[in-house]
Amino acid sequence: MEEIAPEYDVVVLGTGLTECVLSGVLSVKGKKVLHIDRNDHYGGEAASVNIEALFKKYGNYNAGEEPWKKYGRVNDWNIDLIPKLLMSNGELTNILVSTDVTRYLEFKQIAGSYVQQGNGPKATVAKVPSDAGEALRSPLMGIFEKRRAKKFFEWVGNFKEDDPVTHNGLNLNTCTMKEVYDKFGLEATTRDFIGHSMALYLTDEYINEKGAAKEAVIRIRLYANSMARYGKSPYIYPLYGLGELPQGFARLSAIYGGTYMLNTSIDEILYDGTKASGIRATMKERGEEGDGMKFTTKAKKIIGDPSYFPGKVQVVGHVLRAICILNHPVTSTDNSDSAQIIIPQSQVGRKNDIYIAVVSSAHNVCPRGYYIAIVSTIAERTSNHHVELQAGFDRLGKVEEMFLGPPIPLYEPLESGVNDNIFISKSYDATSHFETTTDDVKDIYRRAEGQELVVEGLREGQNLVGEE
Amino acid sequence: MAARVPASARAGGARFAQFKLVLLGESAVGKSSLVLRFVKDQFDDYRESTIGAAFLTQTIALDENTTVKFEIWDTAGQERYKSLAPMYYRNANCAVVVYDISQAQSLDKAKAWVKELQRQANENIVIALAGNKLDLVTENPSKRAIQTEDAETYAKEAGLLFFETSAKTSENVRELFTEIAKKLPLDQAGPRNIRSGPRAGVDLRPEASGTQGAGACSC
Repeated sequence: MEEIAPEYDVVVLGTGLTECVLSGVLSVKGKKVLHIDRNDHYGGEAASVNIEALFKKYGNYNAGEEPWKKYGRVNDWNIDLIPKLLMSNGELTNILVSTDVTRYLEFKQIAGSYVQQGNGPKATVAKVPSDAGEALRSPLMGIFEKRRAKKFFEWVGNFKEDDPVTHNGLNLNTCTMKEVYDKFGLEATTRDFIGHSMALYLTDEYINEKGAAKEAVIRIRLYANSMARYGKSPYIYPLYGLGELPQGFARLSAIYGGTYMLNTSIDEILYDGTKASGIRATMKERGEEGDGMKFTTKAKKIIGDPSYFPGKVQVVGHVLRAICILNHPVTSTDNSDSAQIIIPQSQVGRKNDIYIAVVSSAHNVCPRGYYIAIVSTIAERTSNHHVELQAGFDRLGKVEEMFLGPPIPLYEPLESGVNDNIFISKSYDATSHFETTTDDVKDIYRRAEGQELVVEGLREGQNLVGEE
Repeated sequence: MAARVPASARAGGARFAQFKLVLLGESAVGKSSLVLRFVKDQFDDYRESTIGAAFLTQTIALDENTTVKFEIWDTAGQERYKSLAPMYYRNANCAVVVYDISQAQSLDKAKAWVKELQRQANENIVIALAGNKLDLVTENPSKRAIQTEDAETYAKEAGLLFFETSAKTSENVRELFTEIAKKLPLDQAGPRNIRSGPRAGVDLRPEASGTQGAGACSC
């Protein structure tokens, strides 16, 4: 086995998406990267697993039983542990394109984006209108409200930050979104679906925050532009599951010289005074005899996910996620092979929205005839968590198998990393997309490298051996 | 553009098919050199470990009417610490497993890779075993550490194509890839448009966007 280099520019711990994007970008920029994961697979928390691994992870079966056997070949399943979708015009799409990682992946549209109005048996689920024309056809609004919504969407579409004429007399840098909604005379239910299913806010806190209007308008524009790109929904999804994303970026990093080691546990972070200066680690495959391969190497910087630095992170909230296997499409989604359904908090008496993400065999994540629906929300109470997700379960109909564990803690780093050379990512949050993940990538890059990450033209000027 | 399933097309009796080929084998047996010889007809004695030879394509004309295009995936060094991702094996139609005929251990490693392929890849994947660095042995027969018959016997038992090759002199390199092409299921692939390839999903590149590009709002 080849020797590990005595020193790396960056050691990256964990192969979640955030870490793999950073590893890839840093390798492309010429940094010498060593990328390590304690697991025997890529992806960490952002992996997709087969159905046997899922049963074993949740342990929801009796000893001696093998319940996965009734679900066909286990490897036909690629079940995401974290439900997220890509905005087709979002930043992750930009990064995928500018790094050419698109070569290794294939994407499909999510067939529809839906929002719920009302609660219980009377609830209606309808497509989220994303432009003036759709607003006029939407069952979510009455006839007069439709016209007001049309005017609002037209204004959002024409809005240009540097052209005050398009601002309609509003100063978005100082005003609240409430003032914007008031100006267009929008009803509460309309505000609800715009804020929650288009701007994708999880709570209503954005409404009264001064100066938050601009961010809200930018979010609505991202939704509308993403929607316009392919037509069915603003979301796209990689075939074989989200776990393909970290693998794709890991390959990018490797192509540019990054070294990969799975099955490697960190025995110690080495310090030089207060600053991290290297690692002591052991590579040992599961079931391998002996002590494995022990090594020490220096690192100018260490980047990693929260699980590698339990003393340097704090819990900022808990997410509830229930992974459900169905053998039918979700009702009210026009028999779609995939969908996102958002249940705004106000509709079901909660503070946080409930999200449902549905994918199926159309995305090569399960055998034909099956559907995987993940219901999620932010935990608001300390027990009976299934009750918090009930409004989501009500949408699903018959469920073949449900995987619901304890609330999942969300971690954030306590420090920026400037003082100890350790740059820690955030957990994957409760949002339905990857925009906050790419924000975190950029934030870590800024903290670690002292400059902004420019995504456009990332690979320009890089010479690769024998590339077409 | 990546081949997920073999794509083939017929136009006036001509056949065209595209296949994903993956390389496997221990470090420093000459995986990248074999591909570089095949694709660019080049050889570099002092090639460093693979950086950047990650995605190459080469076309072989089997006969006047039949063209096979290989989309070749290099390990990018991820095999070094057994960290190849499932993505690497996914939808591979064929594989070249390489060993070094001057290194006794390397055939055992190659056998392990064949097992890994059988575990991770498609059932009907076409596998070729290549004993590389034939030039070293031609120059100095005492350098041979693995007898041709031993490797050949194993290849037969395991149902693999078998060649001893030299990326340096190009001996048997083209033959290796041609035999693989002949064994691929050219007829199973349905007729498709030659240019558009097999992609059924959406194309992320901004210029490929069917409707409006970034920045345009449909409102």
